[in-house]
Amino acid sequence: MMSQLLSYLSLPLVHLILSLVVILAFLGVNGIVLIYVERKVAGFIQRRPGPYEVGPWGLLQPLADALKLLSKQLVTPMGADKILFWAAPILSFAPVVICFMPMPVSPMFTGMEMNLGLILILAFTSLNVLALCLAGWSSNNKYSLLGAARAVSQSVAYEIPLLITVLAIAFQTGSLNLSEIVASQTKGIWSWNIFVQPIAFIIYIIAVTAETNRAPFDLPEAESELTAGFHTEYAGMHFGLFFLAEYSYMIVVCAVATVLFLGGWHGPFLSGPFWFILKTYALILVLMWFRWTFPRVRFDQLLNICWKWLIPLSLINLVLTALLVKIVR
Amino acid sequence: MTAQPPVDTPLWPLVLYCAIVMILAAFIVILSAFLGQRHRERTTNEPYESGIAPTGSARIRFDIKFYLSAMFFVLFDLEAVFIFAWADAARPLGWTGYIEILIFIAVLLLALFYLWRVGALDWRVEKHRRSKRQVTKVN
Amino acid sequence: MTPSDNTTMQNILSGDYYTNNFTLSPAAEGDTLVLNLGPQHPSTHGVLRVVVELDGEYILKAEPVLGYIHRMHEKMGEVKTYAQYLPNMGRVDYLHALAWNWAYVAAVEKLAGVAVPLRAEYIRVITCELNRISSHLLWWGAYLLDLGAFTPILYAFADREKIMDILQIVTGSRLTYCYYRFGGVSADITPDFIDMTREFVGYMRDRLPMYKTFVTENMILRGRCVDIGVLSKEMAVRYGATGPVLRGSGVAHDTRKIEPYSIYDRFDFDIPVGKNGDAMDRYDVRIAEIQESLRIIEQALATLPAGDYLNPDVPERITPPKGEVYFAVEGARGKIGIYIVSDGGIKPYRLKLRAPGFSNLHLFAELSQGTILADAVSILGSLDLVIPEIDR
Repeated sequence: MMSQLLSYLSLPLVHLILSLVVILAFLGVNGIVLIYVERKVAGFIQRRPGPYEVGPWGLLQPLADALKLLSKQLVTPMGADKILFWAAPILSFAPVVICFMPMPVSPMFTGMEMNLGLILILAFTSLNVLALCLAGWSSNNKYSLLGAARAVSQSVAYEIPLLITVLAIAFQTGSLNLSEIVASQTKGIWSWNIFVQPIAFIIYIIAVTAETNRAPFDLPEAESELTAGFHTEYAGMHFGLFFLAEYSYMIVVCAVATVLFLGGWHGPFLSGPFWFILKTYALILVLMWFRWTFPRVRFDQLLNICWKWLIPLSLINLVLTALLVKIVR
Repeated sequence: MTAQPPVDTPLWPLVLYCAIVMILAAFIVILSAFLGQRHRERTTNEPYESGIAPTGSARIRFDIKFYLSAMFFVLFDLEAVFIFAWADAARPLGWTGYIEILIFIAVLLLALFYLWRVGALDWRVEKHRRSKRQVTKVN
Repeated sequence: MTPSDNTTMQNILSGDYYTNNFTLSPAAEGDTLVLNLGPQHPSTHGVLRVVVELDGEYILKAEPVLGYIHRMHEKMGEVKTYAQYLPNMGRVDYLHALAWNWAYVAAVEKLAGVAVPLRAEYIRVITCELNRISSHLLWWGAYLLDLGAFTPILYAFADREKIMDILQIVTGSRLTYCYYRFGGVSADITPDFIDMTREFVGYMRDRLPMYKTFVTENMILRGRCVDIGVLSKEMAVRYGATGPVLRGSGVAHDTRKIEPYSIYDRFDFDIPVGKNGDAMDRYDVRIAEIQESLRIIEQALATLPAGDYLNPDVPERITPPKGEVYFAVEGARGKIGIYIVSDGGIKPYRLKLRAPGFSNLHLFAELSQGTILADAVSILGSLDLVIPEIDR
């Protein structure tokens, strides 16, 4: 019976559907949890309680928010390009879900084992830019347009250091398969890449903060300048999808960081999904901490950080990594 | 990267998966469209511009800087792809490959510094500001 | 888009009077974008509206549009008796209400020749300076919110809350104070008030270094403020800017020192001035002013005399003689001037309010020219505008 079940599990289709269900359930729960956590973290940093009215300790607040969003009217602004306007949130959300496929949560559970898992994630996260661009352009709103222009130049600029940094890690381990990258970090805490490649880790964290449009790099939705940036015109579940995408995106980049730098599912005890999720959420807390601590950088400063610091630094890091790897082997 | 045998990954589950996810996302939106309120007043569909009737369309040409940014991205991203190709075959290529990619990256860095020098990376141009200010003196 | 859609769109996207009569900048090359910042915009603090012409992200021209919260305070002055008009003063600039209280009360006192007991003067100094601190604190939080730092405003509000609690003891209100009376103040300060104020002075002194470490010295914040919106001395004077905006440009002009009113000549305090006149200087000046205000409060509390808090000889219905008077005090935003013309009746013949924010706002058009949108937001915030005060 058991072996039969396992053999079913190894069928691609069954495996696929199972992964899909698990990933979607995880994303939904994750979105709700993260909204709650973010608000509580914000409350903690700002010395206020955060949500506490709905349910015990405000636990039901995100559910209430989700229900509210679901029951809101989907307004299409006058003069908007209707098809693109409706496609943008879907296009923003879908690629993020796909990014979870090659994620090695534990040695047993990986949605889809693939050689180029890292490349797949990088490719699909880049698609998010397209959604922001479409959203901004189709809204027929000036704030959205400016927000989209910012989003695109920001995201594409930070793609480069991200790519090169990730490449340095991939080069060091000699694989683009995420499970193998994790497997290379099994020799205790000091073999984690964060200690082997600290510069790469810092570049990665800065770049993903910019990629996910989180403060202090939240220029596409810079509230005090562009009201809400590219999603100014989006209401109800349209906005909800953007929101969900943002939080899922955070999970993706933090999970990738866990895989690349923090030794994935490995830990001193209880190796497995437990450590993977713990590390991922710890990183997310760091990103939240950034958001509630720093002022927003200006657009030109943001691009300067990328072009004048991160890109040269990441290239030098790559060259040095390659040199070291050559010498060691 | 030749050390481990390649995992044989069929591509069709991925395609199927993409399709399912898209359909699900669309389903959420459509569900919301059904469940949501429906009302339409005179200014319901008016684009938001700080509570004031917008002037003209938002479909305009804008700063060339954004195009420059996009062009640089295409350039550097393409270079990064070349580096990826090298990284994939770095072991068999050995030191020759390393020196070659070193030259390549040096050229890349040189290009970056050239762009820096000519001011293509100065996103807030002081000169532009000054001249504009001289032309349009308020009062 | 169907044709019918197009026509409705034309109707709705037609803009209004101000955008339709907006003269485009002559420097514009090619397409520019006319954008309304406000009246409903997060960075305009209320209902200020700025019509900006953008070339990409660069501002070619900015034009403030006023009047969204115009309440005819000056006209109201002509139809109310002198005493009836007092509550209005708390509502002109709700953030530094006591300075307006003071300007109006002192102008009438000067016109009517009413003497103010010494203790009342001290009370006025203490409460007005407390109010100034609360105003600067709120500015600090709101400015950082403009710059995208979400947390400081809550710390600022927590500190400000203490001031409001203190002022509530004697004034009875928390925001729109109406505390000063012709010839004194409406109620004497209590021992509670004195204790809490003393405690607050120490508390605030402890907090300021923390804010300096965490906020003022933050690299990103300095990047957003240093060399942004550089306001030269000449330009500040040309526009009639006052308050921290003027002092940030290096002009040591403070009404409390230049034309000392009340008992400000008794206290030892400095006028903080900036060097470059950029947003950071204006920021530093305000933070330094909190320190100076704390110093003044401390000195005033130490030398608080006993006596009357209100001149008992002032009649209930005050009728100043025929004549005119101008009185200026230093508010948190600059020089608050009240000009009253009396025809000898129970109501002023004409009353003119000089709001510092009005002059400061008009700097924005020239200051923001050629800057990028993000800088313009930083500049607008650094001017510390209170829109009800500008519109009056």
